[in-house]
Amino acid sequence: MHLQLGWRNIWRNPRRTTVIMIAVVIGVWSMIFMGAFHRGMINQMVQNGIATLTGHIQVHFKGYRDDPAIEKSMAEPKVVQAVLEKHVPPGARWTARVRVSAVASNARHSGGVTLVGIDPAREAQVSFIGEAVTQGHYLGPDDEYGIVVGEALVEKFETKLGRKLVLMSQDTDRELASRAFRIVGIFRAEMEATEKQFVFVTLTAAQRMLKLEKGISEFCIVLPDRHEVDEVADNLRAALPPSKYEVHNWRDLLPLVDAYLSLFDTFIYIWFLVVFIAMGFGIVNTTLMAVFERIREFGLLKALGMKPWWIIRGVLTESFLLLVMGMAAGNILGLVTIFALSGSGIDLSAFAAGAEWAGISRVIYPVIHAKDVTIANLVVFILGLLVSIYPAAKAARFTPVEALAHT
Amino acid sequence: MNVDVKMAWRNIWRNPRRSILTMTAIAFACLLLVFMLSFQFGSYDTMINSAVKIHTGHLQVQAEGYQDKRTMRLVVPDPETIGSILEQTPGIDAYTYRANAFSLVSSEERTYGIVVIGIDPAREANVSTLKKVIRQGSYLSEGDTNQALLGELLAKNLQVGLGDELVVIGQGRDGSVAATVVEVKGTYNSGQDEFDRSSIHIPLKHFQDIYAMRGGVHEVVALGKSLGAIPAIRKTVEDTIENDDKKNLLVVLDWIDLMPGLIEGIKLDLISGLILYCILILVVAFSILNTFLMAVFERTKEFGVMMAIGTTPRRLTKLLLLESITMTVIGIVVGIIAGCLITWYFQVHGIAISGMSEVVRQFGIPERMYPKLSFLSVTIGPTLVLFITFFTALYPALKVRRLRPVEALSSV
Repeated sequence: MHLQLGWRNIWRNPRRTTVIMIAVVIGVWSMIFMGAFHRGMINQMVQNGIATLTGHIQVHFKGYRDDPAIEKSMAEPKVVQAVLEKHVPPGARWTARVRVSAVASNARHSGGVTLVGIDPAREAQVSFIGEAVTQGHYLGPDDEYGIVVGEALVEKFETKLGRKLVLMSQDTDRELASRAFRIVGIFRAEMEATEKQFVFVTLTAAQRMLKLEKGISEFCIVLPDRHEVDEVADNLRAALPPSKYEVHNWRDLLPLVDAYLSLFDTFIYIWFLVVFIAMGFGIVNTTLMAVFERIREFGLLKALGMKPWWIIRGVLTESFLLLVMGMAAGNILGLVTIFALSGSGIDLSAFAAGAEWAGISRVIYPVIHAKDVTIANLVVFILGLLVSIYPAAKAARFTPVEALAHT
Repeated sequence: MNVDVKMAWRNIWRNPRRSILTMTAIAFACLLLVFMLSFQFGSYDTMINSAVKIHTGHLQVQAEGYQDKRTMRLVVPDPETIGSILEQTPGIDAYTYRANAFSLVSSEERTYGIVVIGIDPAREANVSTLKKVIRQGSYLSEGDTNQALLGELLAKNLQVGLGDELVVIGQGRDGSVAATVVEVKGTYNSGQDEFDRSSIHIPLKHFQDIYAMRGGVHEVVALGKSLGAIPAIRKTVEDTIENDDKKNLLVVLDWIDLMPGLIEGIKLDLISGLILYCILILVVAFSILNTFLMAVFERTKEFGVMMAIGTTPRRLTKLLLLESITMTVIGIVVGIIAGCLITWYFQVHGIAISGMSEVVRQFGIPERMYPKLSFLSVTIGPTLVLFITFFTALYPALKVRRLRPVEALSSV
């Protein structure tokens, strides 16, 4: 009966109810949409980061992270390999790499790059490079002198497919090793910086060039589920001798992205609160109006023996209905907008250089995150009812005599 | 005071609680916008200034094409001429010469490929912050030859300390092999990891000798008095150089050309901010629309009486608009004052943003952020609020014209 009474009361003035509901709808819509937009942005940032040779977990020789030099490579990868095979969950993929800083040069230019020696078949399952080659071809297992470079690097070096590129780096004897490669493939990446930084050769070619024999720089592991990272990393840490190896998860490896993650969380919640405050004023004002219009009515009810608590409950029921309807519409609208945009995404190409600078993708696909939606709705619902207590208490405090005398 | 204004004023205070709530909502929106925009502008200023100070300067004169290709042979052949032009240009604070060469730098332990930058020690100190960010050892002095400054991170990577020697091997302007040994004289920490990891600085004179520059440099870097004055200065410099440089081999670039990502990033941030603010104002507008509406519908009878005694609908509309605009303006003024006070407090004391040091190092923002009050940051938000509230108020104010006196009088 309370619900019915509340329902009828709010539609006594349909215009007013509609206006305040529109405020709630826009507010909730913006919370859901902005939440999804930022979540999409940060998710892509994480995914890009992970796909750009980071993976979920990496195993290195002790001290490599601080000082990624050639002598900090793992001379006996077999040991780690055995541990990996035992401890990673089914469905996980992993690969071994040589990764050193090097100098690339041709007749006209030279510049610093990161030389990555990869196992072509395994690498393709772990990082972006497997599908990123747009011209020429990806490395084959026996491509002893083949190299795959980024499009931006090709432009910078004024070279093209089939041309030579000389790489120089320090080998294990601290001598300068150099080797000429032929560009067999050109890749494109989300970020231009990635295209300029990484050049790929086969693992054996890198090992030979740097006199590494069987040595490698890192193991990179991608898990089927990102949330298992800590558990698997702990298992690996326990299984590998800590004096020789170190295990890092993607949060350690991508500190910038990690910092963004917490920053965006804070940002989204502040936004929720700000929007709520904006509509909170409307909710209080509208409910107050509705209460003051009905002073006589409340007086009469009280004279008939209605307890103050019942009046509070009645007013709160009205706010409750208002909020629930506004939230329902806002959620639906938000989800529809996100769904409509999830195909094409939001294109920021007009600001490509700015997006690159800020480290975000050129096209943002909003992502619905149950936690964000829940928190948005909870904020509106709980705070909405809280601020309605003020007008409700006002209504409960009218004394019958005063109220009935009111015109 | 005009009768209408007086009436509007009294009408507002017929229901003080409601009016105050409405004005508070408007004030809240304005306060927030003033603070947020000042904060954004402040951080843009800091980002631009720190990037300008450590990297690019406000203006550079380079050989055509050098910015993209960064090739040794694209030089400014006669930097002194450009220098004297800059000296005569009003508005330029300081200028310096730089030359860059990608080279292999080896310590006893390690070898890295990095950029060697030749700087004029005395002039550089006036243009960039390099001298101020020296952490160990000392800055280059006039007579130094084979001394070098390097970033702390690079020093760590190369495993060298003060007084250690570095072997530098690169390619000279004419394609010859350039090689030298330099001694670490100082290390710096600019706060931007990328910069601290990837470059070493040596005296320009020595650079020109070993890289066979024949007196040429790659960049003539100038610092103006303020960001706003740069376009005008650029024009002047361009015109003067054009007279001088008949073959048109030199170009003048400003900081926007030199760092296109920065300005686009700022645009992106500003636009996304404005979208957020518009949504917020819209929510506020609907929140207060009810107050404006109610002010009309509660008083149907009153308007009926007024119309019956000869008030024109036009005047009623004017009265209602006066009421809502007065409320809006009071709200906006309160909001601006409160917003300025809060912003001013933080402008003096700064805001520490915890857990952000990684982000900070990436973009070169100091860890304490200082919002910056400016005419724009104080006016953009409130102007938006004024517009949107005005349109909100129009609806009820026009609605009142459709009242018919007889019907209105009979309503309760």
